Amino acid sequence: MARVLINVPAKARRGEIIEIKTLISHPMESGFRTGTNGTMIPRDIITLFRCTHNGSEIFRAELSPAIAANPFISFFTVAAESGTLEFRWTGDNGFVQSETAELAVE
Amino acid sequence: MIRAADVLAAMTDRRTFIVRTAAIAAGAGAGRAWLFSSARATPQVMQEAIRAIVGEAVPQRGRITLDVPPLVENGNVVPLTITVDSPMTEADHVVSIHVVNEKNPQPHVISVTVGPRAGRAKLSTRIKLADSQQIVGLAEMSDGSFWTASADVVVTLAACVEPEVR
Amino acid sequence: MKLAHGFVVAGLVLASPAATVGEIPLGERHSGYELMTPELRAMQDDDAANPGMLSVLDGEALWNRADGASGKSCARCHGDATSSMRGVATRYPAVDAVHRRPIDLEQRVNVCRVEYQQAPPLAFESKELLALAAYLGHLSKGLPITIADGDETRPFIAAGREIFELRQGQLNLSCAQCHDDNWGQHLAGASIPQAHPTGYPLYRLEWQSLGSLRRRLRACMIGMRAEPYADVAPEIVDLELYLAWRARGLNLETPAVRP
Repeated sequence: MARVLINVPAKARRGEIIEIKTLISHPMESGFRTGTNGTMIPRDIITLFRCTHNGSEIFRAELSPAIAANPFISFFTVAAESGTLEFRWTGDNGFVQSETAELAVE
Repeated sequence: MIRAADVLAAMTDRRTFIVRTAAIAAGAGAGRAWLFSSARATPQVMQEAIRAIVGEAVPQRGRITLDVPPLVENGNVVPLTITVDSPMTEADHVVSIHVVNEKNPQPHVISVTVGPRAGRAKLSTRIKLADSQQIVGLAEMSDGSFWTASADVVVTLAACVEPEVR
Repeated sequence: MKLAHGFVVAGLVLASPAATVGEIPLGERHSGYELMTPELRAMQDDDAANPGMLSVLDGEALWNRADGASGKSCARCHGDATSSMRGVATRYPAVDAVHRRPIDLEQRVNVCRVEYQQAPPLAFESKELLALAAYLGHLSKGLPITIADGDETRPFIAAGREIFELRQGQLNLSCAQCHDDNWGQHLAGASIPQAHPTGYPLYRLEWQSLGSLRRRLRACMIGMRAEPYADVAPEIVDLELYLAWRARGLNLETPAVRP
């Protein structure tokens, strides 16, 4: 399980635009680096990051080897209703990680 | 009326060179093919990647802003914020945002899908740049138009390169 | 390149660690943070964006996890680290009664593990040891480095200073020549910092991961084309102690971000 740090406001006013910050531990090995014995270090990256709110997708990012290690992604969403934000990272070598955060909207 | 030649000329600087052949003009919706490319990115490969994203559309300069330091101490972690000027309503919003580069081993950086629920078309991340180069951002709008902006980044390298550790 | 330090080493009197020629005046010392771009400073300052914080969270989890034949966690003896461990990192490296010489924080964690948890020591630069050191360092963030300056520590501070001022390796460079005499200037496009260990373990962009002061010192020595001290060598801790003493009064900023 990779360590994840998610920053979401605890509560928001209805209709307010909030910023969500996400940080996940992952080497994001580009596949273009040479190792000590001269062979290429195999690629190992997160390829997709998705965020849904009560099941509807609100953000989607396709990542490439050009994204830095321990990917940081921050984005915005309209606080339309209370509910669950679900974050999902998928990538090479069967990498899958899901996290949730509650959003209270008043 | 905006002529394709004017826009494409504006998109390039004196370092890049566009080869306009029929083969490049086709190729909209390349999807995930870029993940397996082994060709090294060059300004030309970047233009091909842009063409794969925009298809037949001609991107216009404006509305998208790339906020990236003009000089970075290390290319491994370059902070990047992309903002697109849009009301983000059902009628008029950003559909997708893409960033490409010209000198990394492959041209793609990130592709993002948003919608009216975003409220604000703005995202931040951290990217890897292998060398001093230009990066180009593209925003696709709900009316099918594409908007573009570019930024030049100077990448300085560490004075002493460490051997691969432990 | 000034020759100030080549001269000082020959005539060094090891009575007390008083200021010598070439040392940065106390009032002019500042952290490498000041040399960074606004973007990197923002990355360090934002706990939600600082990549080192991932290790701090790992460290917190390890603090509370039972380990070793004892079945005890760190928390079992030390309780809530936010109160019991605040200020601890500012005093390291510190003299250890058993070893009768200074040891650094990573070594102290391992002493605790072996003696009290009956757990095997964690390898230097392992993810777990870095995480615990990052957690403990972070708990002292904002507090000034406070190295004891007494009979117990003085000989080791002096030994560390000798290493700092010693010309070494194929380039025949001493640490002092860059970090005391030429800080603020550029070495091939990179700014030379004063080299105060205020944020270790830190997230170095060059490493794309968290790393210890030990690792940084070894890397510097390799860069100088000198034979780096082994991880377990007492010289490394003497040098760490001198650097911490040299940075006395500067605030900890663990986990720092550096290029």
